[in-house]
Amino acid sequence: MSIQYDMEHPIPTPPMIGENIGFWEGIKGHQLVFQRCKECGTWVHPPRPTCPKCRSFEKEWAPSTGKGTVYSWVTYRESPSPAFKAPYSVVLVEMEEGVRLVSNMFDIKPEEIHIGMPVEVVFDDIAEGLTLPKFRKVG
Amino acid sequence: MNSISKKAAIVGVGISDFSKDSGKTELRMTCECIRAALDDAGLVPPDVDGIVKHTDDATDEHSVTSSMGMGNLTYFGECRWGGAACGMVLRAAIGVTTAAANYVVIYRAVNGASKRRMGTSSRNMSQLDTGDLLQWTYHAPFGLESEAGRVAMIVRRYMHEYDIKNDQFGWVTTVCREHGARNPNGIFYKKPIKIKDYLESKMLVDPIRHMDIYEETDSAVALVVTTAEKAGKLKQKPVYILGATQSQVAETEERKGFYRPDISGLPEMGHMAERLFAMAGVRPKDIAAAQLDDSYAPLVPMQLEALGFCKRGKGAAFCDKGDRIRIGGDLPLNTSGGSLGEGYIYGMNHIAEAVRQVRGTSTAQVKDANLVLVATGAGGPASGLILGGSR
Repeated sequence: MSIQYDMEHPIPTPPMIGENIGFWEGIKGHQLVFQRCKECGTWVHPPRPTCPKCRSFEKEWAPSTGKGTVYSWVTYRESPSPAFKAPYSVVLVEMEEGVRLVSNMFDIKPEEIHIGMPVEVVFDDIAEGLTLPKFRKVG
Repeated sequence: MNSISKKAAIVGVGISDFSKDSGKTELRMTCECIRAALDDAGLVPPDVDGIVKHTDDATDEHSVTSSMGMGNLTYFGECRWGGAACGMVLRAAIGVTTAAANYVVIYRAVNGASKRRMGTSSRNMSQLDTGDLLQWTYHAPFGLESEAGRVAMIVRRYMHEYDIKNDQFGWVTTVCREHGARNPNGIFYKKPIKIKDYLESKMLVDPIRHMDIYEETDSAVALVVTTAEKAGKLKQKPVYILGATQSQVAETEERKGFYRPDISGLPEMGHMAERLFAMAGVRPKDIAAAQLDDSYAPLVPMQLEALGFCKRGKGAAFCDKGDRIRIGGDLPLNTSGGSLGEGYIYGMNHIAEAVRQVRGTSTAQVKDANLVLVATGAGGPASGLILGGSR
């Protein structure tokens, strides 16, 4: 695990509001979906009302392959929040679809994380009502 | 183009000391700085008819006018985001050059260290701004909870793309502390560090060390802006606003813009520089000194690149050993110490120092500092100024 929780303290739970509901409903059902423009096919994340490329309002939630690579990462040596036990790492993953997602790694030490590392999504059921998409190394 | 360039000037500066506990309210600090800035200019409070404040400052302009005996405001408003400081000067310049006001005061006063603050952030989730919503929805659940962590994410990618080691950022902090050690008003007066101190300092969120991060202080700055014509009749040598601009580009976020093609190039700063230099009619090599956003040391080499002072990927080499960026170098940076060596008031102290350089009154004076650049807001909504001693 590259992140451990102190369950005595609340883990920030994503608010299910606005343009983001579809993404988190997907996660709840263990499916990683991203917004895709119905007009020009552009993948968009974070979600927004319009396609930034063709300005269409017509969009859909489309399944991701769940595969990507680590684009950047950080390791907290001191925790900014009592819910997270330092040291822990946060990764920025670039998905095959081209969109990026902030997340955590599973089953890896911080020093083993590197940019370009191939990863795939896993779903972490942390608590009642809180499932997060995380990643593990592949290959 | 009906530009404000060369038509307005900064004519007064008031700056508090930088401490860990001011023992004062932010309103009082604001009033003290405004009085000092007006004294500096040779003006009195009733002369002021415009105020530009910052959204995050808890001190309202009407509390200021009530306290200071001002009763004739015809122009007032707010600027937002951490990188607003130069944008506030732009707003003031727009006010005076369009005759919306004659003398505009801008201020920031923040008890950032002691937290003697008015007001609290108690918004609930349904009232979040869209930018905050991004943070709470896609970053905080994964522990990316601090600004330092979000900056670290951008810096790691920058280091990867240009094969830079984080030790190289130490020269920024070291030089800022050298400059700050000469400034009796700053928090680190007579407290320089050596590169060794930096290299031995602890990581907070790898690749960002504690010593890469701005020094939180209680502090305040006020500035007075008027037209170039009126400036000529006041007490101080006018410091003309040759260039002033703000910048946001596609997918700008406040230090969390991870979703655009290029996350390591400070695109707002590049966009800003193009306009700023064109407006002022000067080139990067003409600039005698620069006061850059050093809230996080690694953002300084990135700014040197984006602003055109060196090629992409060469910013860390530019700062190496500190010789080019300290007094006597090609481009002395943050000559009051900046956020790393003087204290943190969101770049307002950087503008105050740029004014002192052009006037020739800095504690780390650069020879012939006729053109000085200020940049605020690296990694988010940005703003910049080019100030000069002649039009």
